This record gives sequence, structure tokens and C-alpha cells, in this order.
Amino acid sequence: MTDTSTMLSTVQAIATALKDKPGALLPILHGVQDTLGYIPADSVPVIAKALNLSRAEVHGVISFYHYFRETPPGKQIIQLCRAESCQSMGSKHLEAHVKAKLGIDFHETTVDGAFSLEPVYCLGNCACSPALQIGTDIYGRVSPELFDELIANTEAAA
Amino acid sequence: MIKTLYVPCDSSAISLGADRVAAAILHEAQQRGIRVNLIRNGSRGMFWLEPLVEVDTAQGRIAYGPVQTKDVASLFDADFTNGGDHALSLGLTEELEYLKRQQRLTFARIGITDPVCLDSYIAHNGYQGLNNALNMAQADIVKAVTDSGLRGRGGAAFPTGIKWNTVLNTPSEQKYIICNADEGDSGTFSDRMVMEGDPFVLIEGMTIAGLAVGASQGYIYLRVEYPHAHKALTTAIDKAYAAGYLGDSVLGSGKAFHLEVRLGAGAYVCGEETSLMESLEGKRGLVRFKPPLPAIKGLFGQPTVVNNVISLASVPIILDKGGDYYRDFGMGRSRGTLPIQLAGNLKRGGLVELAFGLTLRELLYDFGGGSATGRPIKAVQVGGPLGAYLPESQFDTPLDYESFAAIWAVVGHGGVVAFDDTADMAELARYSMEFCAIESCGKCTPCRIGSTRGMELMDDIIAGNDLSKNVPLLRSLCDTLLNGSLCALGGMTPYPVLSALNHFPQDFGVEA
Repeated sequence: MTDTSTMLSTVQAIATALKDKPGALLPILHGVQDTLGYIPADSVPVIAKALNLSRAEVHGVISFYHYFRETPPGKQIIQLCRAESCQSMGSKHLEAHVKAKLGIDFHETTVDGAFSLEPVYCLGNCACSPALQIGTDIYGRVSPELFDELIANTEAAA
Repeated sequence: MIKTLYVPCDSSAISLGADRVAAAILHEAQQRGIRVNLIRNGSRGMFWLEPLVEVDTAQGRIAYGPVQTKDVASLFDADFTNGGDHALSLGLTEELEYLKRQQRLTFARIGITDPVCLDSYIAHNGYQGLNNALNMAQADIVKAVTDSGLRGRGGAAFPTGIKWNTVLNTPSEQKYIICNADEGDSGTFSDRMVMEGDPFVLIEGMTIAGLAVGASQGYIYLRVEYPHAHKALTTAIDKAYAAGYLGDSVLGSGKAFHLEVRLGAGAYVCGEETSLMESLEGKRGLVRFKPPLPAIKGLFGQPTVVNNVISLASVPIILDKGGDYYRDFGMGRSRGTLPIQLAGNLKRGGLVELAFGLTLRELLYDFGGGSATGRPIKAVQVGGPLGAYLPESQFDTPLDYESFAAIWAVVGHGGVVAFDDTADMAELARYSMEFCAIESCGKCTPCRIGSTRGMELMDDIIAGNDLSKNVPLLRSLCDTLLNGSLCALGGMTPYPVLSALNHFPQDFGVEA
């Protein structure tokens, strides 16, 4: 987004389109995050007004759900599964490799803004553990070597 | 002649390269001037063979796998579109032992049809259950489900028919059907496979539920981690509307049923039914006190059926073939079939749908082929992150709700995660506490605070600090969680923790 007013009018348009749905807040938050990549703090009053909620209520919902983010992500979000099935196939080793390779911990973004790393608790790919997702692309049986290859390909495509 | 080929669109198959293989096949076919009709089917659920490519032949479908893009040229060289022999040839798909030994009722079409093709769904016995239901009284539909013995496949195993009956008999202008598709348990993927591989069966099951209890609106609460399922469901719902299977008058019956997919946002606790309803209402996913039951006062305060994907997807075959047909599978009070998910450290992970009653050992070794690493299987967690860890001495337990309850374990959603002998059970117990702390909704104290204290205690135990004090303290804390929590998240975290401690005390530094 180039400036705040464009951002706010985008949020306003999303809120107006969805506000009459029963239980509209999550669909609106998804709409904002899908469009902007995150839910800017400035958008909270706009959403609250559209739904006749307090800003605290909207903020409370955003902060409750792990998926919603209040800061801009890197170009690609890497979601690495930490759950039991992946652990049984060496995900802790993979996790250490991923963090070292990217030089960041969970919930952080690389300095060049290329990747954000998020933990995920199951991608439903448990027969092909360990699993991770880059953007919307899912990968199974990920070894450290395969991870390096995927990252190199993603960077080359960028 | 056009050759029909199949490459799965299941996200596990995609995670192993199915999209690239499909593209390579189309490209190679074009280069060679061979006309192919490439169908993206669901997965057969044999994930060590994915991407599994199938070709239609006069003898039946012949499978090749696991196929990578580098194999595609040689497959064409071997004339695989006519079933030619190749190093990756597996023979007739239906004759593969893993599939042949299964009893696929809920998964009858998955891997066979194009998931989002309505004609294909109908040609494979789809919508027969709904056709029957449209000519039945509401109470008779509920009775068929009750007679089938179907129990909630999400984990709680509550009889589905009884739940429906309560909603049917609670008068209200507006009632709801909710499909709980927040499949967050590690080691489970059967809901995902249904939604990606046969979305119409879920739509049909929900429509029947709506007719049965008098609900005109359905919601599928889908976890955001399943983008492929989301796409398949929305495509199928659009087609069902266009063909009159959903809308103000389902198939001209004058009875309305509308259906919408709503996305979750990464909160595990929203798989708990009351938290899910709060989330659907646009709120934080805080667990509600029960009573009132959702069947009486649920979504927006109205009578609501909340069922898991597999429960609802099992309804069409019950209405098609009758409650007795379904009930004749299974053992004891566990009737019908269970789609079991073999996951984690297993050579042949995948989906095995069978009548209740098979032992874990048969599943782990006959189907699973033992561990993927070739080391001994040390422990198995059944039923997701809130399920108990079972040692080898319990592998002969039959998969049945009551048999598992008798050894303080749960069948849950049928996920089986195997660990080899390198697993550290104290670390896994610590992870269970950590997971509970991360995912706790925060409403009740035992779960909110107990999980964090449990994590700290496990750190102390792993460090070997004051075990004679800390191990009894861990047991006492688990007792508080077990008996004092509002829902199963806090209430069942003690299952993995205490089962790990009881069966593998040496990993905690204490004597057996």
C-alpha cells in the first residue's frame, strides 16, 4: 500500500461488502489480510465502526487468532510444522536448520524482507512428515537439503 | 483414441510433486502427439506411492508410483498410457493389498472420481441418500442415523442420531448445521482427504442433516491451513447450487438448505464445538459453559447440530443403504467403519478405512510396514495431541472406543502417529504442555495457568531437578487439569503427559 488513505478505503470497502453477513468479523479480517498481507492497526477503528463493535473487541479477536498478523510479512511466509507427527520424523532437526539458514526465529522476518517464519500445528500432511508450506505451496518429507533447494528456487523466482 | 490418466490433486500428493508430474505428463503427451484426458482425482491414500499415476485400461486402472517428473519420459517410452510395463508399475490399483484389504464406505469414491465433477459423483452412487431422505419423514431420517450406531468421528464419539433427535425436537424458527472441519490434530488428515477428494459427499451429508432436523442453513468451519480443501469445497458448493441440490428448494422439494464455508484462523481450540461457534459468531474462540447444549442453544442461540466431517460424510451411505447395513460393520458399541490415518514414523503411511476392531499391531505392521527409519517402534500416539502414548505392550488393543477407554486411551479422530526408539517421551510430554499453553483459550484457570506451570515442571524434570518432589507435583497438576478444566484441551492434556510418564518412566529419570 502506498499510503494510509488508500489502505483505509480498501479496508472500508471490504468491511462494507461483508458486514451484513452473520458473524462477519472473521470474514472481514480474512479479507483485509488476504488483500494487504496483514491487519494494520489503523484499520481496526474502521472495522469496529462498520460492525458497531469497540476497537478493543476487534483487537481482541485479531490477537486471539494465531493466523492474523498486525505487522507486514516478508515476501513469502514459511510455515513449519512443529506437531507430533513431524517430530517423529525429525522436524526438530529441520527446525534448527531452517532457523540457522534464515538467521531468524519463529515470528520473525529476514532482514532482506524475503521470508517470515511461522510455526504451524499440523498441515494435515502427516503421512509425509516433516512438512512445511511456503506461501500456499505445501511440501512433504522435507530434509534440510530439500529446504535449501526450495529456498534457492524461491529466491531465484523472486 | 484419447487415453484417460489420473494424477491426484490431494495436497499430500501435491506436497510430493503431483502438480509438476501432471504438467510434465501433459507436456510430454503433447510433444509425442498422444491425446490424453488427465483427471485430477483424490488420493487413494497410499502416500508412500504418491504421486500415484493411474491409467484406464480394458482390465481396469493400472497404477504407477511414486512418479517424479524425471520418470515421465520413460513412462511414455514404456507405453504406460496403454498399461505398459515399467519399473514403477504397480499393477491393477484395486489389487494392491493395502487397498484390497480395506472396507471403504465413507471413502468409497475417493481416488476414483474427479472430486469436483457432479456428474461423476452421481454416476458413483452420489445423492442416492438425499433422494431417499427427501421421501422420508424427519423422524425416520434421524432414526436411520440412530439405527446405524454412528458415533461422532471428531473424537468425542457421541451418538450422532441422539444429537440430531435433540435438535429435531427443539422448536425454533432457525436451526443450524455446522460441520466441524477444524481438523487440527496432528496425525489426522481424513477430513482433509474427504473435502479435497469428495466434497459432494460432505455437502450431501449436511443437506440430509438439514432436512432431518429442519435446519435451513449450514456452515463448514474450515481451518485456514487447508487451502486446497477450501477451493474444492467452494467449487463443489457452487455446482450444487447451480444444479438445485442446494438453495431455497432442494431438488424442488420446497425445503431450503444453504451452505457456506467459513475459515478459521489458526486456533486449535476452535475445534472444540462451543469455541467454534463463538468463532463463527465473529468472536474470540472462548469455550462456553455447557449446558446449555449446542443442540438446544447453539450458534446465535439457536438449536445447532455440530458434527465432524467424517460423521457427516458417513450419512449419505447410511441413508442410501440403510442404518442396518452400516451397523453390521464394527464391534461392540463401535459400529461402522473408521477411516484410520497412519502417520509419523511409518514406512507406509496413509488412509485405512476399516470396520472397528483391528489391533494397533495389525495397523502398524501389516498396513504401516513398521517404522520408516527401520528402528523399533517405541510408542504410538493415537487420537491427536490429546491422545495417550501407547507402548509396545498395548499394541494388541483393538481399535474400538471402549477397548481404548479401558486402557486410559482414546481413539479420537483415528490418527495414529508412530515414534521409533529415538523418541524422548519426556520431551514429548513437555511439548504437550507447551502446546496446551499456546492453544489455551484462557477462559479456565487450570488450562491457562496449569499448562505453563506444567511446561516449567517438565523443564525441571528433564534437567533432573528434585525428581522426588517434581514428579508427584506433575501428577497432582495433571489431576487438576483433568478434573478442573472447562473443555478437552486442558482436560485431556494429561493423557499424553501421564501416559508417557507411566509407560516410559526411564525417560523421566525415574524408576519403573
